[in-house]
Amino acid sequence: MTLERWFRRNRPTRKEDDNSPAGLWMKCDSCSAQIYRKDLVANDYLCPECGHHYRMPVEARAHLLTDPESFEPWSGEITPQDPLEFVDTESYVERIARAQKKQKRPDAILTGAGLLDGEPVALAIMDFFFAGGSMGSVVGEEIARAAERAAEEERSFIAVAASGGARMQEGALSLMQMAKTTVALESLSRKRLPFISVLTDPTTGGVTASFATLGDIIVAEPNSLIGFAGPRVIQQTIKQDLPEGFQRAEFLLKKGMLDEVVPRSQLKASLAGYIHLLRNGLKETAHAPGL
Amino acid sequence: MPLDFEKPIEDLEARINDMRQYAKEQEIDLGNEISLLENRLERLKKETFENLSRWQRVQVARAPGRPTGLDYVQNVFEDFVELHGDRALGDDPAIVTGLARLDELSVVVISQQKGRDTKENIHRNFGMAHPSGYRKAMRMFDLADKFRLPVITFIDTPGAYPGIAAEEQGQAWVIAESIQRMSRLKVPALSIVIGEGGSGGALAIGVANRVMILENAIYSVISPESCAAILWRDASQAPKAAEALRLTAKDLQTLDIVDDIIAEPSGGAHRDPETTLKCVLERIKAELKPLCQLSEADLLEQRYQRFRNLGRFAALPGS
Ligand SMILES: [Zn+2]
Repeated sequence: MTLERWFRRNRPTRKEDDNSPAGLWMKCDSCSAQIYRKDLVANDYLCPECGHHYRMPVEARAHLLTDPESFEPWSGEITPQDPLEFVDTESYVERIARAQKKQKRPDAILTGAGLLDGEPVALAIMDFFFAGGSMGSVVGEEIARAAERAAEEERSFIAVAASGGARMQEGALSLMQMAKTTVALESLSRKRLPFISVLTDPTTGGVTASFATLGDIIVAEPNSLIGFAGPRVIQQTIKQDLPEGFQRAEFLLKKGMLDEVVPRSQLKASLAGYIHLLRNGLKETAHAPGL
Repeated sequence: MPLDFEKPIEDLEARINDMRQYAKEQEIDLGNEISLLENRLERLKKETFENLSRWQRVQVARAPGRPTGLDYVQNVFEDFVELHGDRALGDDPAIVTGLARLDELSVVVISQQKGRDTKENIHRNFGMAHPSGYRKAMRMFDLADKFRLPVITFIDTPGAYPGIAAEEQGQAWVIAESIQRMSRLKVPALSIVIGEGGSGGALAIGVANRVMILENAIYSVISPESCAAILWRDASQAPKAAEALRLTAKDLQTLDIVDDIIAEPSGGAHRDPETTLKCVLERIKAELKPLCQLSEADLLEQRYQRFRNLGRFAALPGS
């Protein structure tokens, strides 16, 4: 479970460090068309020419998935500590301070409540632009709190994953967030509230191996990289090339690991559909005598 | 082959043996001299092992000759019978499962298994399980619930296997499912980290009511080598990474990740497997007893709280 992608990319000088492609104009990674940046933002971070899915800021994601004016944030009351006093080429404290300043949030997650096509939902959206969306104690706690509060308030729960995995700088405490987020989902199960997991590019490591793959329904955005180990780790282990499309959403759909690959433009409508269907089964009273 | 910091211990042991041999051959009494050296040896072992760096501890956790899962399963319990296969994909030798007896009580045992030699290591994939291994473990959790058998797991893996087939068969999915399935056990569950607790692949069978760790075992979110390769861009910085990751038994106890430490014989488990097995057996019995008094609801709640409360964070001022 590595964050190597993030560490490779997130050099302060690199343009990927920014929330969205830099400059007024940019060349599409996929179709090479010249795109006006404002058009990309207005188009939910989809290339207006080819539909390529760019990573999306979490606030934009929250608004994409909720009815107008309905989103109310929950997260943001807790902040990371440095329990290991971790220092590599930079101290964890400095790394966090830098990410907090850049992303203007305490950690790599936004949670909150809203209406999705009129249905009450809670959202937990991971911020890949914050330390590679790595899951440490704060991310784990926010997800657990959001799941529990969703259950209390009878809301369906939607998690949007984007993560390089567990946060190394919190050591085994990060690992334990996998168990923490998993047990917190029990509160939703007990009340038969739907949990729908949306996997976006990239979702790897400890997040994939915990709450994110425990959705009652699991969908992914097109072409998202999703896996347990990162492609480089696998390549180093087996010392051979990886098959075409390996660990991409479409590949995993074929392998039976996803319910559907849903383009961002249809995501809200699809989620609404799933929730409506899951919440309209037999009423509890139908289990009365005779059944 | 001794670890480099064990060289003085091995040298002294050799000297004591030579002296014994010599005394026997020459039919002379060197009892005093030998017992002096033996005292020195005990002190040396104690000093060496009390002051190991975290990286040295990693090497002890992986040392050849250290008791493996099967050593515990076959020697700690009575009447161990291995049960094979996940009923879907195959039978993963990296995870051994079965039924056994502990005094009068039947239990389910699940153990990660590294090889005790090169040949077995290849057969066991160095203790790195495929999805099939975790599916087999989940089958055992079902069996445990159905027949009310307490579950005991032995953790010793570098991690779940990062390969093509493993990914295609949903390695991440089964680890998540196994974590969830274990957290839902209606019977007491006990986990012991006996060597290397490597990341999600270890946690998948580590969601127990009580989590114990052997004194020289480690439990980490990532191997020191991989961590060094990412953060320092140099795998040879593993000793630094091991230090930073706080992965020793004592570190983990401070962070509440493990509940208690099982002491190893002086000089480490690999120098005295027999005593280690006995200590572990005693400990399993002692830990299981109070858990067996708890109701299903209490067991579930205790396990839930144990994992729900892990983590360190601070409240932001004004919230
Ligand atoms: Zn394009």
